[in-house]
Parts: sequence; structure tokens; C-alpha cells
Amino acid sequence: MKKKTSLFDLFFTFFKIGAFTIGGGYAMLPLIQKEVIEEHQWLDTEEFTALLAIAEMTPGPVAVNTATFVGYQTVGVLGSIAATLGVVLPSFLIILCIAIFLPRFAGHPVVERIFYGIRPAVVALIGYAIYNLGRKILTNSFAYAVALGVFLVQLLFKIPPIPALLMAAGAGILYSNRHQKQMEEREAD
Amino acid sequence: MKLLGDLFFTFFKIGAFTFGGGYAMLPLIQDAVINKHGWLTLTEFLEVIAIAEMTPGPIAVNTATFVGYRTAGVFGSVFASLGVVLPSFLIILLIARFFRGLTDLPWAQGFFSGVKPAIIGLIGIALWRLGSAALIDFKSILIFLGALLLLIKGRLHPIPVIMLSALCGLLLA
Repeated sequence: MKKKTSLFDLFFTFFKIGAFTIGGGYAMLPLIQKEVIEEHQWLDTEEFTALLAIAEMTPGPVAVNTATFVGYQTVGVLGSIAATLGVVLPSFLIILCIAIFLPRFAGHPVVERIFYGIRPAVVALIGYAIYNLGRKILTNSFAYAVALGVFLVQLLFKIPPIPALLMAAGAGILYSNRHQKQMEEREAD
Repeated sequence: MKLLGDLFFTFFKIGAFTFGGGYAMLPLIQDAVINKHGWLTLTEFLEVIAIAEMTPGPIAVNTATFVGYRTAGVFGSVFASLGVVLPSFLIILLIARFFRGLTDLPWAQGFFSGVKPAIIGLIGIALWRLGSAALIDFKSILIFLGALLLLIKGRLHPIPVIMLSALCGLLLA
């Protein structure tokens, strides 16, 4: 049985996680591990691994997924609300401040030069994300065909991303069904 | 009120389809926020990504807060941020409540064998479009190549790479 906890404890722990996960995504895993597994023992390592698999397969940021899940497991629906608000609030407040004060500096020559340098670096970051994801995901010719197909379809016909994602999902289901049937037939022979 | 509703539903849709997190949502944001609603320009979007990368929290939430504030003030940022978080909140709540074997279902595996490579194709389009807005001359292409090299070969964290390129901008521009 999991340790019960208070709403405040959930909120504050996930606020801390939210405040220190710069860069997002997998950058926050070590911190979550330390707080959720070691300090509070809200989850064990096996549950955490299962949760990561679920987070990979469901939409939304991993930090938010973890907060919702842990909050529900420990306190229930109110717990999931407290933990999710906690994890989102730090970045919400910080970005709000930046959005409020940024226009004051916009147009300043120094700021313009800084952003002139930063923009190509952001393009490089996106290239790096493709490189990393590609090494993990592009493991067979079907995956290459889908990635290339989606890229070309978007470029040439301007199909919005969500229909493109759904078409690719359909192709994936058809492909894995056929693949499985072929394997079964081979086994039957 | 209509604008707040627009912000909420636009970011709800983005939140509902960003499998894989992080950069996977860039193409969706681009399509909705830039092409459809015109809430940001391509150049502003690049700046938001840089800010999101340097501040804590998920990029999707950062972008929602920023765009919400820009278009409709503090209320806009609340509605957009709630919208982007709510789909994953509801889905995880359902899974935690009813059903943990999602990862073992065969059709789910097929679904993701298609969605995952599609995300790479979508991010490729984001790269293509943002690249054409950011790589405008020889110097910016040089900064791009340098940053890519530091990330892939140097294994540097994104934050020092952004800081170095800001310095390059100060010195070169």
C-alpha cells in the first residue's frame, strides 16, 4: 500500500520539480526519481518505469503526466489536481513575467543582436531533436517511409499536422496487423 | 470571450496531440498559432522556443502561457495553459483509475509504430520553415552549423549553446 500524503506536500513537491526542470522532457527524470521514489516513496522503481511507458504513449509533457498519476495514486482526484497545478505553476509564473517585460526590451539594438544569434541556434536545437528521435525511432524501412511521407505530404499539399498524424497511425495499425499475420503464417508453415 | 475560448480550444487540441512531448508539439503550434490564427510570427516563435528552453517547465506550457498573454493578457495565459495541460491530465487520470495495460495492447502498438515516425516528419517540416526564417545570411548559417556541431559532437546542454550563440550574435551582428 502506498504512503498517504497531504495535498500541500504533493503541491509543494511538484512545484519544486516544476521549478527546476529546465529544458523540459527527460531533463526532469532524475529530480522526479529522487523526490517521488527515494524521498517520499510515492512510487517504486517498477511503477515509475511503467508510468514512463504510459507517458510515452499518451499526449502531454512527462512532468505533467507523472504529477497527475502520482497525485491520483496517493490522494485521489484532488491529489492529481494539486500535483498537476504544482508542476505547472513555476513555469507559468516565470513565462508570464517574461511575456510582461519582454516588450520593453524589444527593438533595443543589443537585444536584437542577441536574438539574431539565438534564432539559428534554436533551429540547430530542432535539428538535434530530430537527430536524437531519429536514432531511436527510425529503426526499419516502414518508419523511414512514414517519416519521409509525412514530410513530403506536408511540404507539397499543406495537410495540417493532426490529419497527417492520424493517417500515419492508421498506416501503423494496418502495417503491424499484416506483419503479425505474416509471422503467424510463417509459424503455421 | 471568443478569444479566450479560441485560445483554450487551440491549446487543448495541441495538448491532445503532442505525443512524445517537447519538440513534437512545435509543428502543431506552428500550424495553429502562426498559420491559422496569426498570434505569433515565425521570428517571434523562434524567440519563444529559446525562452522556453532556458526557463523551467515543459515547452508546450511555456508557449501556451506566452501566446496566451500576448493575445489576451493574464486571462489569456491562464486559459491557454489550462487548455494545453487538460488533455494529458484527463487521459492519465483515466489510465490511473481504470486501466494500466495500455502498453500491451496490439492495436496501440500499431498506432504508435505509425505516429512516432510521423512526428519526425512533422518536426522536419518545422525545421524547414523555421530554418527559412532564421538562416537569412552567411553569419546565421555559420551560427547554426556551430550550434549543431556543439550539440551533436560536443554533447553540450542546450542552455550553454543558446548562451554561446547569443554571444556570437552580439559580436557578429
